[in-house]
Amino acid sequence: MRYHFVVCMKQVPMVSELPWDSRSGRLRRDLADGMMNPACKHALEAAIQLKDRHGARITVLTMGPVMAEEILREALAMGADSGILLTDPKMAGADTMVTSFTLARAITRECPDFDLVLCGCHTSDSETAQVGPQLAEELNVAGVAYVEKLDLQHHTVRLEREADDFLETIEMDLPGVVTIATQRYTPRYASLGGLQEAFDRDSITVIDAQGLGLTPEQIGRNASPTRILDVYSPAAQKENIVMRGSAKKVVEDLLDQFGDQIAAAIGKDLKPNG
Amino acid sequence: MRRFQNSIWVYGDYRNYFQNRVTLQLLARAVELAPEIDADVCAVIFGHSVDDFVGEYIAHGAQKVYVIDHPDLKTYSSETHAALLTHLSRRFSPEIILIGATDFGRELAPRVAKRLGTGLTADCIRLSIDDNGLLIQTAPAFGGNLLAKTVTPACRPQMATVRPGTFQELPHNDDAVGDIIPVTMPEDLPVPRARLMRSERIPKRAQRLEDAQVVVCGGRGMGSKTKFKKLFELARLLGGEVGATRPVVYSNWIAHDALVGQAGKHVHPQVLFSFGVSGAIQHTAAIADADLIVAINKNPEAPMMKMADTAIVADANQVCSSLIRELKRRIRE
Repeated sequence: MRYHFVVCMKQVPMVSELPWDSRSGRLRRDLADGMMNPACKHALEAAIQLKDRHGARITVLTMGPVMAEEILREALAMGADSGILLTDPKMAGADTMVTSFTLARAITRECPDFDLVLCGCHTSDSETAQVGPQLAEELNVAGVAYVEKLDLQHHTVRLEREADDFLETIEMDLPGVVTIATQRYTPRYASLGGLQEAFDRDSITVIDAQGLGLTPEQIGRNASPTRILDVYSPAAQKENIVMRGSAKKVVEDLLDQFGDQIAAAIGKDLKPNG
Repeated sequence: MRRFQNSIWVYGDYRNYFQNRVTLQLLARAVELAPEIDADVCAVIFGHSVDDFVGEYIAHGAQKVYVIDHPDLKTYSSETHAALLTHLSRRFSPEIILIGATDFGRELAPRVAKRLGTGLTADCIRLSIDDNGLLIQTAPAFGGNLLAKTVTPACRPQMATVRPGTFQELPHNDDAVGDIIPVTMPEDLPVPRARLMRSERIPKRAQRLEDAQVVVCGGRGMGSKTKFKKLFELARLLGGEVGATRPVVYSNWIAHDALVGQAGKHVHPQVLFSFGVSGAIQHTAAIADADLIVAINKNPEAPMMKMADTAIVADANQVCSSLIRELKRRIRE
């Protein structure tokens, strides 16, 4: 049997390149360079390894601005077979609830024969780790998060994961959704030649809201139950205490002011000075 | 007369209790928030023979505990718990549901939110109530470099997962009384499509940098490989671990697995000491979650000093020696 895997991925801003308005502590996200979210790369690597062993077709799927096509090209260079880009200004501002709804709609329409959906366990920007589990709900299939190892067995998949100090072995029915942790499945590099070839290939489908049969009320910020009130840099707002003087004096000042907090962290009492 | 009493629910996550205290911590915060929206504080728990936990929840602030106790609930399954929590929430309509951001909680919560069609904020580190009675949920993004405040204006319940250790549990109160509300197991519970075959507790391993409660980070400002070694003595005194910046790792002052940064370990200790670190964003992105940051650097303008809670303008190496001496004198064993 030949499997069909769908790998969901997200383009995230490169953290070292974050264009920062240091006065307001705000991020100029519009100016940031994008990259494939690291955990999504691990998910793709897991899919490619399964493809090598069992034979499969891999579709990579992302929702984002037009430039998110770059990460789909990179995925093709790594070993994916085709890509789907969901892009539409009306899709912007979607929270995890609406993102998982939109991705599920694309999967049921474009990849109805899918066996396994693989996602990264979390993104480096919003870090919610919610889209994978919500996608499983939306598709009404099995779902397991933080998977470290996958072993396909016809209509089920055997999974290993670490969760809360337990090593778990789980048998999951197919079709299903897994989110992949970043301990194993170290991603391969896409070769330059592979990248060049990937940019020439005609294997990316671009779909907008209408193409998914969705109205503006069902997607993006409009449909999202959560509202972000404010995003700020805690560093920019931090009350910063500055200590100066000899090494002996600053250490005494430090332990006088923060001795309790340090004692709590080390789980031992500190005698007062003197 | 109001038909419904508002309520704040805390999901009873008891796997790994006694180490896992997050349910008690959330009850404590719920007790503080409840008067602002005139709500009861309730715990919900699913399992088999869970009376001890029910008692603990009441002793730590729960006024009501909803209990589904059934032999089929012996294994912890997020699929089953999601079905049960959804069922109870539909029946009793809580205003807020708080869930500990354990691995289990972070898998469970999004499934429940999806079924209830409501909003969810992940891994909150602050919770408060605004003037309109909405729950303001503050959570980190970009490795703690940014904090986002989120609300769920219209959908109910308002749901959040909350990072363990964020709030202090209340002292155990033996005299506390609470209502225990047994709920019968729904009959139409679906058979889980993901089945736990085996579960072993992972043997306790040597403390890892990323789990340490105290981290001592060193940069090139420590001066030399020999001087850098002092940080190990300091870490030993503090029961902590040593981390390093990229230049230090490249200079072979310490092994590569001690790298703290975007490409290395992310740490979230209670206290982080930063000796002679200038603070490139790849490094600061990986430490921003620390509760207290103490930075020591000769240059007061270094980015690391700007993001520290306490910036000590001095020679990192001298302060390290002085701190070791002073701690040896003051720590009561």
